Parts: sequence; structure tokens; C-alpha cells
Amino acid sequence: MKHSLSHLRELEAESIFVIRETFSQFNNPCILFSGGKDSIVLTHLAKKAFWPARIPFPLVHIDTGHNFPETIEFRDRLMTDLNCQLIVGSVQESIDQGKVAEETGINASRNRLQTTTLLDTIESNQFDACMGGARRDEEKARAKERFFSHRDEFGQWDPKNQRPELWNLFNGLKHYGENFRVFPISNWTEMDIWQYILLEKIELPSLYFSHQRECFIRNGTILAVNEFLNLRDNEEAKEMTVRFRTMGDMTITGAVESTASTLEDIIGEVAAARQTERGGRADDQRSETSMEDRKKEGYF
Amino acid sequence: MSKQDNYLDRDLLRFTTAGSVDDGKSTLIGRLLYDSKSIFEDQLTSVESSSKKKGLEHIDFSLLTDGLKDEREQGITIDVAYRYFSTPKRKFIIADTPGHVQYTRNMITGASTANLALILIDARKGVIEQTKRHSFIASLLQIKHIVVCVNKMDLVDYKEEVYEQIMDDYEDFATKLDVDDIRFIPISALHGDNVVDKSENMDWYKGSTLLHTLETIHISSDRNMIDCRFPVQTVIRPHQDEYHDYRGYAGRIESGIFKKGDEVMVLPSGFTSKIKGIVSSEQEIEEAYPPMSVAITLEDDIDISRGDMIVRPNNQPESSQDIEVMICWMANEDFVPSKKFTVLHTTNQVRCMVKEIRYKVDINTLHRVEDDKQIKMNDIARMKLRTTKPLLADSYNRNRSTGSIILVDEGTNNTVAAGMIL
Repeated sequence: MKHSLSHLRELEAESIFVIRETFSQFNNPCILFSGGKDSIVLTHLAKKAFWPARIPFPLVHIDTGHNFPETIEFRDRLMTDLNCQLIVGSVQESIDQGKVAEETGINASRNRLQTTTLLDTIESNQFDACMGGARRDEEKARAKERFFSHRDEFGQWDPKNQRPELWNLFNGLKHYGENFRVFPISNWTEMDIWQYILLEKIELPSLYFSHQRECFIRNGTILAVNEFLNLRDNEEAKEMTVRFRTMGDMTITGAVESTASTLEDIIGEVAAARQTERGGRADDQRSETSMEDRKKEGYF
Repeated sequence: MSKQDNYLDRDLLRFTTAGSVDDGKSTLIGRLLYDSKSIFEDQLTSVESSSKKKGLEHIDFSLLTDGLKDEREQGITIDVAYRYFSTPKRKFIIADTPGHVQYTRNMITGASTANLALILIDARKGVIEQTKRHSFIASLLQIKHIVVCVNKMDLVDYKEEVYEQIMDDYEDFATKLDVDDIRFIPISALHGDNVVDKSENMDWYKGSTLLHTLETIHISSDRNMIDCRFPVQTVIRPHQDEYHDYRGYAGRIESGIFKKGDEVMVLPSGFTSKIKGIVSSEQEIEEAYPPMSVAITLEDDIDISRGDMIVRPNNQPESSQDIEVMICWMANEDFVPSKKFTVLHTTNQVRCMVKEIRYKVDINTLHRVEDDKQIKMNDIARMKLRTTKPLLADSYNRNRSTGSIILVDEGTNNTVAAGMIL
């Protein structure tokens, strides 16, 4: 009998270990659920970590109000299946309460505003550990992120003062009012995620698969026609065969032209792709270190 | 489907590299990532434009790994960066760390989870202090395999004598190391000789290329499959009718093989029982081995909680409050002898005080330093600790998981030291 694990099973075991550590070391953890494939995989792993019990903490969704309707439908169905608690933090409410102001100008989005809503949601629910589906291969500022990432009482990340993380000894000790971001799937790559989804037959929102949609092209990015974006003079809406590689707001998430309608097709496409999945995210292109800057403020 | 099946058969190799800007480490990593198609066009474009901004004519691959603003500005790697690539045979995780002595703590962090250490030697310089330091750290952290790449062979006209001399020098020094598997490869990271493809310039070299070595090196027998150790992380109790009496002890198999029906002992209580079932991925399985995360149920109703350890009655860890450790001090502040610390060990948390500092170790020579016991950041020292409760521990040499601890400052909660139990 062979006593070794495939890389996917080893990654799975590592992530389950981290999820269980989070549950054990903190009083009030949660999962930050975006509706994207990474947070869906994270939720799947959390289910495995505690089976046959239910996931023993809530899932938190920061709703910008600009989500694809497919994402919200999928989220609600998944919560029913898992029979677990969902907490929604609304960016619209933060705007209505005057805590943040809607961005104006041509590239306005609610991406950055999410941080305020997120920090408010963490504070009002007194979460001390928020698990997220971020991966180290996504973006250069994430390559040095810890599994257990300490945040001060303002939710800020100090990249120069991170705790060293050795072996499997995760230090979640903290002072009152501080909290942690925890990234159980840090060591997974985009390809690992897709292969695991196939292996485990995990259900995904339909947006990930090829479909017909009215789109237009802005700064080289294919965007879906939607009520939150106004077409400019030189832009033209047309019917395209597309799918999405990440799930963000309709205002910023770029589609790719694709006929990939099954997981196998998508994996073939990912293997051949020459652009990172975040290459289609307008929020990362604002400057060379825009992700690091947002993370310092308390972004996911 | 055959392509996918292949992919599922891959295993995982974690390796660490250490080095400074000029020894070609970033070039080598860049080449491995590029040749295995793990760098995407948009990443390459961004690195190209950053290189141009810095006035460079070539692509500076270090910009791929140096992610933080301060690093990009200062041109140094100040932390451990994790990089990923895979081939049809294996997935690789690189823990990329800086090489100077002031980053010993980062090298130790990177080495703590590695199966293999990749050591780069500049063919023009031969074995230098930094080479020895990296090798000592690999040995101290019990990395089982060292691959020594003699780099920049193009700059010594691909001469076999140069390579042979460096190999002799290294082997001479390696007698002091506790590593069984050391391999040598002459390469040129810049030109790609023996990295992915066999070099046409060094037909005297009959061994395999770096990538082939990384893909085929045998690692599955490196794990301890003998001493059964299962530290309990948490207890799963569903509170549902269907699983009314279910009590699953959740944790990871750190070493040994656990089978259904095995007689086991729970420590520290010493109660014995039999394994009733093992659950992994929502399924009952017959046996579990490292590094699986599972839930174990027992025949008898025993009071078990986080920090307890399930073992075999005839093979138990040491239980002691007096622990001898080799530590690496990681905090900016110097060590203060009278302080007490929180100790994290497996899933256990206790307090400790330092009873005695035996000696410091010069990480460049491995010599003992007995006359200076002031411990500063990056220092390695042997200490005697007294803990508030006994630790269920094995020596680090035998068991990386149950033989490692970290010390946490009780005031700041920062991790201030990493320790290996002797």
C-alpha cells in the first residue's frame, strides 16, 4: 500500500489543518465568502474539516451591490445546502450612512469602499479571525503573506512586522480588539483550484462557464453590459461568447472570450493561458503596488 | 481524461533557496518558472517595464519575487517569498529567502517546511562563508536532501576541473553536516545549461539536470512512518440526531500509521482504547498516515481535548518539563534572561522560563561560543527550558513535528524564537 498523498490531497490536508487551528485558537472566526471559486473551495474544505458536524462559524459576504445576480443566487443556494449562517455586510448601507462616499470619475468602482464595510462588519460582529480564499500565487504582495496574518485594532496589515511562521506552529495570540486574517489555501495555485474542483465535483456559479452575453471593450478589458456602467462614445455593445475567470463586481471584472463549457475545457484553457487571472482586474492595474496598498488598509 | 489523471498523480516537493542578488539565485528561479511556463505574459510585461525603469538592459527576474514596496525600492529580499511551479511530474513550492547573515531567521523559516535545500555556489568564488551558512541551516533544520548547483559555469569556460575542485572542497566541509543525500550539478542559470535541458557545453557531466533531479528525487520515505503521533486539534461533536454519540478527535497524523482496530493510548491521561473509525474527506478509511488531516473515533468514551496526543502504548514520546533546545532568536529586541515565554508545541500551549543558556553557535563555522551569552536577533543558541506542564515531545532529529517549538513574547504576542528539541 502506497503511503503518500498526491499534491492535491496534501494541499487539502494542510488547508483543513489551518481551518481547524483557526476554529480552535479563536473565539469568533468566520469565512469571508465572495462567491468566487476560491472562497467556494475554502467553504468546501471547511465542510470537510468538521464533517459530520456543520461548519461551526458563519460565512460573511461583503455585498457591494454591484454583484452579478448569478453570484447572489449561487450564494443563497449554497447556504441552504450547507445549513450554515450567512452574514451580509452591505456597501450600499455604508454609503447611505455616510461612512464612505461613492467614487466618481470614469473608473469609479466600489472595490475600495468594501474595506470600510468589511472592517465595520468585523467590528460589529466581533470576529477575531476572518478566513479568506487568497492565494500566494495571485499577486506579488501576497507571495509573502502568512497563513495567520495579524491585523491591528484598525484592521491594518504591516508587511514589515509580520510574525515568522515556522513548521505548522501557527501563532494566533493577540490583544483585545486585534484580529487575524487567515488564508488556508495560501499554497494553492489557480491550476490546483481548478483540478480540485474537478476532482471533488464542486459546483460553481454559471458565470465561470462559457455563455452568450452582451459585452463591450474598455482599455482592452471585456466588460459585461450592466446598469452600473455607461457606454462611452467610442464603445459599442455586442453579443459575445465569454466566461469569467474571477468573480468580482460587474464594474471591474473582465471576461475572456471562451467556448469552455465544462471543467475539463476550462482546465485546458487555464493550462494554455498566458495571462494571470488577475490580469483582467482593473483594481490591480491602478499602480504597481496597488494590492499592497489596499492590503495595508485592511482589504481582503 | 489521461491528461487530468496524470495531474492527479503528482506529488508535492517543497524546497528552499537562499542567496544574494549577485549569485544568480533570482535568475535561476526565474528560469525555472519561465521554462515551466509558470510566468504569465502580464507578469513578464510588468517585470520588463520595471527593469527598464531601473535602467537595466536585461530582465531582472528578482522583481518577480521581491513583492513588497520597500524591497523593490531597496533591491533586496527582506522576507520569505513563496513561489510555485509545476511540471507533469511534481508540484513545487519554493521558499525563497535572502542569504546574508542578518537574515538567518528568514532562512530558518523557509527551511522549516522544506524537503530539499538548493544551494548555489558561484563557480568563480567556490565554497564561501555563505555556502557554509546555508548548508549548516539545512542540516540544523534536518532537511534530508541538498542539491548544490555550481552556477556561472559559463564564466569559467565550462571547465570540469573548476567543478571538481568545488565539489571536493564542499565534500570536505560536508563531513560536519548531518545530511545523507548531497548532489552536485554544474549549471549556468543565465544560459540555461543543465537547468531544464542538458548542457551542450559540458558533455563531461553525466548526471541529470536540475529540473530532472527535482522531479525525481525520492521524498516519500523521508517521513517518519514508525512513531504514531496524533496531536488533537479539536473535538467534533455534531449535536445532530443521526450522529448523536459521535465524538471525532480532529487532527493531523504527524507521524506513524494509524489503522482501524489499533490499540492506542491517550496522553497525558494514559487511558487506552481502540480506534473505532477514521474519517477523511467525509469518508470512512481503513488507515491514515502523515500528513493527512483526519478525525479519529475511539471505542471507549474518554475525556480528550485539544493538546492531548493519541499514540501507541508501546511507543510514547518523552514527557518532561525540562527541555533542551537549540533556538534561533527571531526578535529585534535582545533576549532578556529573566523573562517568561509562551511555548507553542504541537497543539499545546504552556509557559516556560529559560534555566540556562549553554552556548551560542557560530552559524558560519558551527563552533561553540561559550564566553558570550548575549542573545540577539539571528543568533543560534542551546538552552535549557523549564515548562509549566510536561511537553509530549520527541527529539527534532527523529520527528520534525513533535520536536519543534516556538517561543512567544507574553507582552507583545510576537513569535520571538524557533526551537528544535534535542
